Amino acid sequence: MTVTAAPARRRDDDEVRPEALQTAPTVSRRRRALRPYLLAVPAVLLCVGILYPFFLGVAYTFYNFSDANPQPSFVGWENYTALFTSGSFWHSVQVTLMFAVVATGVETVLGVGVALLLNRSSWVGRIFERALIVPLMVAPIIAAIMWKLLLLPEVGWVRPVAEGLGFAGYSGTDSAAWAFIWSVVVDVWIYTPFVAILALAGLRSLPSSPFEAAAVDGARWWLTFRRLTLPMLWPYLLVAVIFRLMDCLKVFDIIYGLTTGGPGDATTTLQINAYLEAISYARYSRGVTYMFILWIAVYVISMILVRYLNKIQSRSAGV
Amino acid sequence: MTTPTSTRPTAKKRLTGAVANTALLAYFAFSLIPVAFIIALSLKTNSEQTTTYLSFTPTFENYSTVLGLDGGGSSYLRFFGASLITSIGAVLVSLLIGIPAAYAAARHRFKGSENLMFTLLSFRFAPELIVIIPLSVIYQQLGLYDTFFGMIWVLQLVTMPLVVWILRSFFRDLPVELEQAALLDGYTRRQAFLKLVLPLVRPGIAAVCLLAFIFAWNNFIFPFTLTSSNAQTVTVSSLAFLGGNQVRFNLVAAGAVMAALPPLVLALLIQRYLVRGLSFGAVKD
Repeated sequence: MTVTAAPARRRDDDEVRPEALQTAPTVSRRRRALRPYLLAVPAVLLCVGILYPFFLGVAYTFYNFSDANPQPSFVGWENYTALFTSGSFWHSVQVTLMFAVVATGVETVLGVGVALLLNRSSWVGRIFERALIVPLMVAPIIAAIMWKLLLLPEVGWVRPVAEGLGFAGYSGTDSAAWAFIWSVVVDVWIYTPFVAILALAGLRSLPSSPFEAAAVDGARWWLTFRRLTLPMLWPYLLVAVIFRLMDCLKVFDIIYGLTTGGPGDATTTLQINAYLEAISYARYSRGVTYMFILWIAVYVISMILVRYLNKIQSRSAGV
Repeated sequence: MTTPTSTRPTAKKRLTGAVANTALLAYFAFSLIPVAFIIALSLKTNSEQTTTYLSFTPTFENYSTVLGLDGGGSSYLRFFGASLITSIGAVLVSLLIGIPAAYAAARHRFKGSENLMFTLLSFRFAPELIVIIPLSVIYQQLGLYDTFFGMIWVLQLVTMPLVVWILRSFFRDLPVELEQAALLDGYTRRQAFLKLVLPLVRPGIAAVCLLAFIFAWNNFIFPFTLTSSNAQTVTVSSLAFLGGNQVRFNLVAAGAVMAALPPLVLALLIQRYLVRGLSFGAVKD
């Protein structure tokens, strides 16, 4: 088991060098040089097909385009200034960041914990390991529906438990705080297995000799974990954290299914807000401006994280 | 030598073992109880759903109602079929386009190959609505709104990055000497690829197919915003069941269970490749 960088490190020995390959003499030199491009042409065309609407969307951010104004008219930076001065935008920035940080944090800690527990063989692990991925393979929107029903006071199992524990006035996701907490819980329910299986793959690939040495030296568990396990596991964890953080920033399905962004705007994340603007209120340019700003943020954050990941991986490969 | 002091570590070990098992059991309770709940709810009758939690006589009535087997008529099968058509279509298109691109990116260093790979990866991380909003305008103009073709096209955003990134990592695992030897033996490049390379990565292709299918099937936001009835998928209709005035929660539950089943069954087949697949080839198991 190995970790390769997201932009996979270049391996010279892997490349087909023209001089190493005696291709059939009927194939001209020019065609040989063109071959990789020919193979990639359909994929490039597909990228263009997707990038065209993307750039059209970016263009919309400088136009006033809505159901009320179906002929787009150029307005310059107006959409951006409107956004940056609106409380609704900053509110959803706040909700999105809180959701992303809390959910990713809980999933990482819990996922590593589950992986550590599964890594020590026990009867519980043997029985349940195959069931680990169940929540991960259920569609997020279906998971949200499941939890919505589970939390419903009329039919769900949470109310009797809450009342049994002495919480009077259980109201599901009706209050702002609980709507947020339950949204995080659903995300944690789905994606903790994701972190756990990556961490478990990491744990199972670690060399045993440093741990044996630590055991001989009588190192305590916590010290071994902090000084040995965690640093060696970090490249694996970072892959998980990058994926989780990026996905949380654009969370839609879970929140739409569970709370539709409510109560009020308590769980209105950026992508929910963009949906409401663009689809519900048919203010297309306003909605797409939300998404472009989020896209820039996601792009910058992921670039920084991927660069950090490459540094870590080349460092651990150099040892 | 059994002195009282030497039994203490094993007692301690047994205690940590018990704590570890309890913690793991607690996690799996959290993980699996919602599943048990939705299955239980889907097996309850109308009167039982609000009156009992665990004691009820299971019935498959809700499933036959959702599927329209009781003669009441149902559009669930149509939504299920739309999910199948769009997901399989999306995977096929991605394979057709993605296999050559992944091979090219793995074996040749050509200008722009890294850019192409990164563009594809950025699709994975981009917020979907940035493409959906302009795309819905284009689709309305081209008549692609609410069509299978339109859905298959937009689902490439989901399946294509997966196929290309994972297959590239599988192609890279093969030693390049393999093709060199084949070429020396008089194979053409195409023959070497089709007769040697492709069969060797067959497990990878199968895994990527199933994983891409799962993600296409599980997608919600694209069919939610770009279809209305004709190409509406089962994820969208599952949520729609929850709307309306007289919601029958047991029917919603039965529909949700059936919608969740295909990905779960397929996932069991590819557990071995799940780590590599879910990390886009970044972590190999």
